[in-house]
Amino acid sequence: MPKLNLNRELMPRQDPKLRSRNFNEVALGYSAEQAKAEASRCIQCPKCPCVDGCPVEIDIPGFIKAILDDNMPEAVRILKDKNSLPGICGRVCPQETQCEATCVLAKKGAPSAIGRLERYVADWERANMGTSASSVVLPPPTGKRVAVVGSGPAGLVAAADLAKLGHSVTIFEALHVAGGVLMYGIPEFRLPKDIVQAEVDYVASLGVKIELDSVVGKLETVDELLNNGYQAVFLGTGAGLPMFLNIPGENLNGIYSANEFLTRVNLMKAYRFPEYDTPVKVGKKVAVIGGGNVAMDSARCALRLGADEVYIVYRRSEAEMPARREEVENAQEEGIQFKLLTNPKQFLGDEQNWVVGMECYEMELGEPDEGGRRRPIVKEGSEFIIDVDVVIVALGTTPNPLIASTTEGLKTTKWGTVVADESTGKTVKDKVWAGGDIVTGAATVISAMGAAKRAAASIDEYLNAL
Amino acid sequence: MYKILLKQDLTPDIYLFKVAAPAVAKKAQPGQFVVIRINERGERIPLTIAGWDEDEGSVTIVFMEVGTTTRKLALLETGDFITNLIGPLGLPTHIEKFGTVICVAGGVGVAPIAPIARAMRREGNKVISILGARSKDLLFWEDELRSVSDQLIVTTDDGSYGRKGLVTEPLKELLESGERVDRVIAIGPSIMMKFCARTTEPFGVKTVVSLNPIMVDGTGMCGCCRVSVGGVTKFTCVDGPDFDGHQVDWDLLFARQRIYLDEEKHSFEQWQSQVAGAVEK
Repeated sequence: MPKLNLNRELMPRQDPKLRSRNFNEVALGYSAEQAKAEASRCIQCPKCPCVDGCPVEIDIPGFIKAILDDNMPEAVRILKDKNSLPGICGRVCPQETQCEATCVLAKKGAPSAIGRLERYVADWERANMGTSASSVVLPPPTGKRVAVVGSGPAGLVAAADLAKLGHSVTIFEALHVAGGVLMYGIPEFRLPKDIVQAEVDYVASLGVKIELDSVVGKLETVDELLNNGYQAVFLGTGAGLPMFLNIPGENLNGIYSANEFLTRVNLMKAYRFPEYDTPVKVGKKVAVIGGGNVAMDSARCALRLGADEVYIVYRRSEAEMPARREEVENAQEEGIQFKLLTNPKQFLGDEQNWVVGMECYEMELGEPDEGGRRRPIVKEGSEFIIDVDVVIVALGTTPNPLIASTTEGLKTTKWGTVVADESTGKTVKDKVWAGGDIVTGAATVISAMGAAKRAAASIDEYLNAL
Repeated sequence: MYKILLKQDLTPDIYLFKVAAPAVAKKAQPGQFVVIRINERGERIPLTIAGWDEDEGSVTIVFMEVGTTTRKLALLETGDFITNLIGPLGLPTHIEKFGTVICVAGGVGVAPIAPIARAMRREGNKVISILGARSKDLLFWEDELRSVSDQLIVTTDDGSYGRKGLVTEPLKELLESGERVDRVIAIGPSIMMKFCARTTEPFGVKTVVSLNPIMVDGTGMCGCCRVSVGGVTKFTCVDGPDFDGHQVDWDLLFARQRIYLDEEKHSFEQWQSQVAGAVEK
């Protein structure tokens, strides 16, 4: 047996000093040599636990072997068999808690770099084959019509899978571009928009119709879609409603929700103002409240827009941060300052209603809460002030109530999420399925994609029985 | 892409577009708005719906040149296209038989108020409308508003037409005259809506205003348009745009409307120099 190679091939990245002032992609991708070197580390074990760790069950050893065999078209075919959006997943999936966590080499501390290889294959395809589905053989049309609400990760995957099964699919998207959070939320330097667009184009090339500017519930309701020729509806509208702290001063000028800040920067391209018309306030001292990926994205955008100092203000310690380790490290390398065990009490404004400061408490950690993370407790009398001129609140999001409030017979939880069966995505309402953040609350791109795949299979079963 | 079926110059800086948007025309109701994006580099701005024609598949918007986007919009002509138009957004104005309703329109506010007055009258209300503008040449839609009102009072700040003065003066007189007034709807510049609400407050007449903060998506996603009403934060795009004028924190609204003044100036100067450069060439 050959000796195990425990040296993961490193991902080349832009230098932190340089990248902290531009919006170009941070991770540069493997060269062909690096990809082959990394692919050769996979031991092709027969049990392939990595596949169990993948929410969409990609044949991981299969595509890795194809890279090693210099058969890139085959690697593409294997990957796309289960995953219609590999360029996206290869960049933003938390592989470290999924496929790479279950890889047998993980026990030795050096799992196969599956995410980086996935990205390599997707990028190779885009450069060498284009992303049209010309190679996909579609079955004869079934004549069944499905409406998909929302074009984020869940909607795109549900639509692609159903189209590949011969159904006629229309996606309704409220914004002026398709892609949902992949377009408005995740920044260019982590997920370039032309890659998202290429994967959206691939889904469209399967015959999926995408209706932009279409707010379901304001235009046609879900019930009207069902009455007007659609046999099934999939809800993939995500969790788009920003949460605020509900503390004094939160409506001062200069205080953004992360959704607003990122939408201005990513979707509306405010980083190219005034060439693009949408402005954004940058500020010299920017505080981002929260410890998730969205907080890291917001902080790193603020830095790139030219802020002098950017703080992550988080009420627990670094160990409890929900953000991916890699993103925390990227942020630290770029010079983001972490103010941990710190929680805002109120925002302070000037006479023009502009935020100038943030009064904070020091926190300490108590016993673990229901979620298993240690609960943050206020240290009485510990108040202190941080000078700021822009604040970005990145506390999380909940589903937009528009669909639930305009659809008779959907069941929702107290958090506004839609109740759906975990294994099929079926809601309690006839002919309606749901998946992704609208069901789980804000989670990951890949878990939304997994839910959409299961729902598509269930919808297909239902349509075939009609 | 949404085709401009008709452009009308209503005043020197106010324009009407009838835009082909059949799906929106089918669902539009009084008080709702659309968000438009003029081209690939454009910002998203909200504009109240001034009318719709389901048979023709058109939506009517009326706008005043105030910033770069509306100035660019004003350069479009019949037959041109707007890249995006999203709607109908926001909650419709609450229409029911109240009794007597006063509709107060300031400047460009006459456009969104006309369909509301029409709906109120159709519901069986007596509708008294007050239409105000700075001067005669800034007035438009007097006849449209008259045709859907039982009574119309016109004011101009400079007295060049109708009664000289502000809209709040006849409003106050009507309330003092002893005539029972069941509801007031005021739409126009924020400062005018504030003073209408202040005028009606001592009389205890519910006064609905249509707020116009800065928005981005217009669907509840960003919170840019948050306002404080009765001490509670609301998103204008999904909770409004209509709110109880007596409960609105007007100073907060004014302050938040000024967030991008510097950027607007910068953007306008940049655009002007581009236009000047193009003309020289």
